[in-house]
Amino acid sequence: MSDTLDTNEHIDEEKRDFIFIATGAVAAAGAASVAWPLVAQMGKAADTLAAGSIEIDLTKIAEGQQLKTLWRGKPVFVRHRTAKEIAEAEAVPLSDLKDPATDDSRLVANPEGKVDPKYLVMVGVCTHFGCVPVGEAGDFDGWYCPCHGSHYDTSGRIRKGPAPTNMAIPPYAFISDTVIKVG
Amino acid sequence: MSGHPSTYEPKYAATKWMDQRLPIIRMGADFMTYPSPRNLNYWYTFGAILALCLVVQIISGIILAMHYVPSIDGAFASVQRIRRDVPFGWLLQPMHAVGASMFFLAVYMHMFRGLYYGSYKAPREVLWIVGCLIYLVMMATAFLGYTLPWGQMSFWGATVITGFFGAVPIVGESLQQWLLGGYAVDNATLNRFFALHYLLPFIIAGLVGLHVWALHHVGQNNPIGVTEKTKSDTLSFHPYYTVKDAFAVAVFLLIFAFFLFYQPDALGHADNYIEADPMKTPAHIVPEWYFLPFYAILRAVPDKLAGILLMGGAIVVLFVLPWLDTSKVKSLRFRPVARGFFLIFIVMCFVLGWCGAGTPDDVALPFGSKMVDGVSVDSGLTFYRLSQIATIYYFAYFLIILPVLGLVEKPIKRPDSITQSVLGDKKHEKTA
Repeated sequence: MSDTLDTNEHIDEEKRDFIFIATGAVAAAGAASVAWPLVAQMGKAADTLAAGSIEIDLTKIAEGQQLKTLWRGKPVFVRHRTAKEIAEAEAVPLSDLKDPATDDSRLVANPEGKVDPKYLVMVGVCTHFGCVPVGEAGDFDGWYCPCHGSHYDTSGRIRKGPAPTNMAIPPYAFISDTVIKVG
Repeated sequence: MSGHPSTYEPKYAATKWMDQRLPIIRMGADFMTYPSPRNLNYWYTFGAILALCLVVQIISGIILAMHYVPSIDGAFASVQRIRRDVPFGWLLQPMHAVGASMFFLAVYMHMFRGLYYGSYKAPREVLWIVGCLIYLVMMATAFLGYTLPWGQMSFWGATVITGFFGAVPIVGESLQQWLLGGYAVDNATLNRFFALHYLLPFIIAGLVGLHVWALHHVGQNNPIGVTEKTKSDTLSFHPYYTVKDAFAVAVFLLIFAFFLFYQPDALGHADNYIEADPMKTPAHIVPEWYFLPFYAILRAVPDKLAGILLMGGAIVVLFVLPWLDTSKVKSLRFRPVARGFFLIFIVMCFVLGWCGAGTPDDVALPFGSKMVDGVSVDSGLTFYRLSQIATIYYFAYFLIILPVLGLVEKPIKRPDSITQSVLGDKKHEKTA
């Protein structure tokens, strides 16, 4: 009699284990599938993603001038550099740089496949904490960030101060000889 | 939750009925009769002051939310409208903004009190840690709230602070954009900051409940750090400390009223009266005064990630303080050497605040002058160097001085009991 009871209990326990694990698995999957949208909603919305691209006519920027325009909530700098600024940018040895990059590597080729060093296009945001650097300032003739004192050269490369990397180059391309499309 | 035998006896049929179902009146009555050390001084009144601050912030905040527009097109104008056109808005908006400053003023007093009297030591570690959590959530709430008026400091403060997350290796940029809800601080960011700023004070209120629960479970510390032994060591919370707290609250409200009525903008920054402009950074970004010491620590190292880790470490170190201070003696009254180092620690906190307000390369302490381009300028210790010295001391105090002192310092003799310390030896013999 008691043997039969034991066997029954044994079977019941196994059944309960199965039900417990199965319920737990379904609950975990359910929790995960609810958590996912709760986390993902914080990301960029479709209209933000679609805010897309802008076109810039380079002929409107005179030599020594800088155009500042808003793209994806951040300023984009387009600088028509002077010969002196270009020469300064090209003369810097890579060994002097915290984030080594040649001046040419920071430019995009025009439709003829040639790199024109006159126009420098950058996201005008300091790579330290996101302030907007001031142009024609700092120890290297380029940009100076007033927030925590980062100095950038005439190629927008970090030279001195807390910023870890060069100012970013946005994705852009020439849609004609004088018009670029950013984004 | 009061942790002492209840003496409440319901007198009326209605209170008896209630007591059997939800003994909430009993809880309040027990709270009032809670036996507290008889030697609590005015540093212990900041707990009550802080409770008041939280209530003021929640009430004024709920009202402001009824007039505020959480969108980048409406936020700045709606705050100006509250101050100018909404009935009594001139009172309620500064009450909330000045109130935040007052809240931090009181919490710093409360924390320094805890550090001085060793309130974080066994058996009050959890009480202390919950306190640190409250402080952390307060910081988050203040930051989120500061963004809402959508002025230049709001916008750039938010840009810089959320930029911290961009420094995380590998996932930094995605993490930052996820927090912002876009590529930069924008409408989505402002909207979620408003929602969270409304939520967090209620989390604080919950944590305060835990803080008081833990306090009443272990009993209050006191200025001599000696546990109460007899009934004569304690006083009923009401009327003794309710009256003492009420007096302190009245004095505190005078200071609050001075700023509220005469200097409502003194504790803020003028640049926040300029609407947010993502194209132009103000020349000098500074946080509110209560975050300046941490801002100075952030800027004390010329490295982004290291600066953030150091700044975070300045808060994290508070959480583990109960295990860093090795001394058996709680109150610094009986630790003359530690008291000296503590006073220097307070001075260094102020120095850090001063450095946080200054421009890093400016000279803080001039030691003579030097010629630069034919012009004589001050030379000496810059804010940058000074903040490095103060940062080193800040961490050394917690990580080296307190652990080592606890092992080598010889404390002076403590009184045997609270009663003895209050009434002296003679009276003590008489009462004994």
